[in-house]
Amino acid sequence: MALLEVRDLTVDFVRRGERPFTAVDKVSFDVEPGQTVGLVGESGCGKSVTSLAIMRLLARRGNKVSGSVRFEGTDLLTLSDRDMRDRRGRDLGMVFQDPLSSLNPVIPIGLQITEVLERHRGMSRKAASVEATDLLDKVGIPDPARRLSEYPHQLSGGMRQRALIAIALACRPRLLIADEPTTALDVTIQAQILALLRELVQDTGTALIMITHDLGVVAGLCDEVNVLYGGKIVERAERHQLFGEPRHPYTHGLLASIPRLDAGRGEKLVPIRGSVADNIPWDGGCAFAPRCPNALPVCREVSPQLVPDHGGLLRCHNPVRPAVVAGGGAR
Amino acid sequence: MNTLLNKKKEPIDKLAAASGRSLGGEALRRMLRSPVAITGGAITGLFLLLAIFAPLLAPKDPLDRTLQDQVQLGRGIIPGSMPGYPLGVDDFGRDFLSRLIVGAQQTLLVGVLATVIGVLIGVLIGGIAGAFGGWVDTVLMRLVDVMLSFPSLLLAISIAALFANPSQWTVILAVSMVGVPIFARLLRGSMLVQRDADHVLAATSLGVKRGAIVFRHMLPNSLGPVIVQATLTLATSILEAAALSFLGLGDPDPSRAEWGLMLGKASRQFLDIRPELAYYPAIAIIIVALGFTLLGESLREALDPKNRR
Repeated sequence: MALLEVRDLTVDFVRRGERPFTAVDKVSFDVEPGQTVGLVGESGCGKSVTSLAIMRLLARRGNKVSGSVRFEGTDLLTLSDRDMRDRRGRDLGMVFQDPLSSLNPVIPIGLQITEVLERHRGMSRKAASVEATDLLDKVGIPDPARRLSEYPHQLSGGMRQRALIAIALACRPRLLIADEPTTALDVTIQAQILALLRELVQDTGTALIMITHDLGVVAGLCDEVNVLYGGKIVERAERHQLFGEPRHPYTHGLLASIPRLDAGRGEKLVPIRGSVADNIPWDGGCAFAPRCPNALPVCREVSPQLVPDHGGLLRCHNPVRPAVVAGGGAR
Repeated sequence: MNTLLNKKKEPIDKLAAASGRSLGGEALRRMLRSPVAITGGAITGLFLLLAIFAPLLAPKDPLDRTLQDQVQLGRGIIPGSMPGYPLGVDDFGRDFLSRLIVGAQQTLLVGVLATVIGVLIGVLIGGIAGAFGGWVDTVLMRLVDVMLSFPSLLLAISIAALFANPSQWTVILAVSMVGVPIFARLLRGSMLVQRDADHVLAATSLGVKRGAIVFRHMLPNSLGPVIVQATLTLATSILEAAALSFLGLGDPDPSRAEWGLMLGKASRQFLDIRPELAYYPAIAIIIVALGFTLLGESLREALDPKNRR
């Protein structure tokens, strides 16, 4: 049994007097214990909403969540609020994008760690304090005992994200969701944080859902990758498969638009045409069709289904063939 | 070589120390550089010392009517300044300076208590509205709107007039009610911002209980504006308490030295004989209100993150 089984997870944004907007559309995926799964896509594709829906952190007002999220067999979506609160932080942890705004500015870092330890592991203030020092040390924060009494604004960006990771992992959750954990950091720090995450995940056997728009992050970290577009999974593949042989034109476009150090002089980046429309309709054909270089007439009429393909899944009428990759703009 | 290293190390340590200040320390540092803050702080500090040590500082017993036989109000005679009585005496022949000094204590008591009660009730209402939201918020905020729709002094007068037996406690209560809707609205507003703050979402994602979220994560981050407003409200509370006494809605006990009461009596009964007896309490009220206002304004400025340097 998978650690986490997400089935047909759907999130509708419901506003009075407006047509509901489907932000996440029947998304299904599994996470095995210790596995790292990527959710990739550009802004507005529904990747963050998916993670918030799994954690049940979406406001009840204005959001309709359906489907099921089974964690070790229990459907999180039907749990009582109290039971869900007990699980958050203990079984499932989360790391957010902006480390400064995700820490409480008026209380010291130490207290923000011990709070969780006292809550879920029933530790005394003193024992929690010792454990917190240990945790900060583990995430590579120098002089951890002194840092405990410092406030978030006194730490650097990288330190803050390390502290946040320490807090999220304090109770040794079996699943960690990282929502763009490196986006707000500069590049050298990004690499450090990713290395730290990889190391912690390996050491503790924590499963990780990595949410990102950055395929470089995916390449270094994920076992399996789900590419989202317009709230739906358009391609799922094992990491090497995805990078070696992207099948969906969208995935292909994402890869082709990454600047490469080994590119020849004068070679241009290949962008994906257009941008994500506000409300992408999947009912009248493929949502990516207007931007797709491979679009056929059928793409604008029949919405493609997610079907098995090369050991993964693919939602496309006219996938990219390996030969096209080689001949396309990517190389 | 060693000394050179040490010399280089010093400014770095200083830098580290400067960046290692808490938000409060940072604000304090900024206030100490502002002349407005220093003026306000000095006035407020002197006033506090005067009020606290009033019984020791007053040269005479403020209730002692030793010079009453020299006062002939009917014939328009109140003795003015004389040795031992630098500000003269009031209509009962009591030392005016001593009464002013003792009056500071009364003023401080009324101002602080009224503000504290106003903050407590306002924070309670605003906190509940901001923490729960929904219909609780709607109902409470409409009540607050009703209170806000009265001009503040009119509200205080109406509440004070409700009581059959006016005393200093009815004054305190009436004045505190003026602050309640302001504090409630302020706190509710910043609590609503905090509800959607990332760190509150992060705390929720860690399974922190609702009570802890409200009291540890939302409330402390929302109190800044309330604290600033409380300093400013101290000034208006003092003014309003004085106004109520001036209008005769305060404590009717004539033995109590209260600036508003002293001002009211002097301006109604013997302004033509000894106008300075009206000026002294009026000036005292103005200076103290000014001190608290300056302090509050500079506090607001110092705590404003936009002014961080």
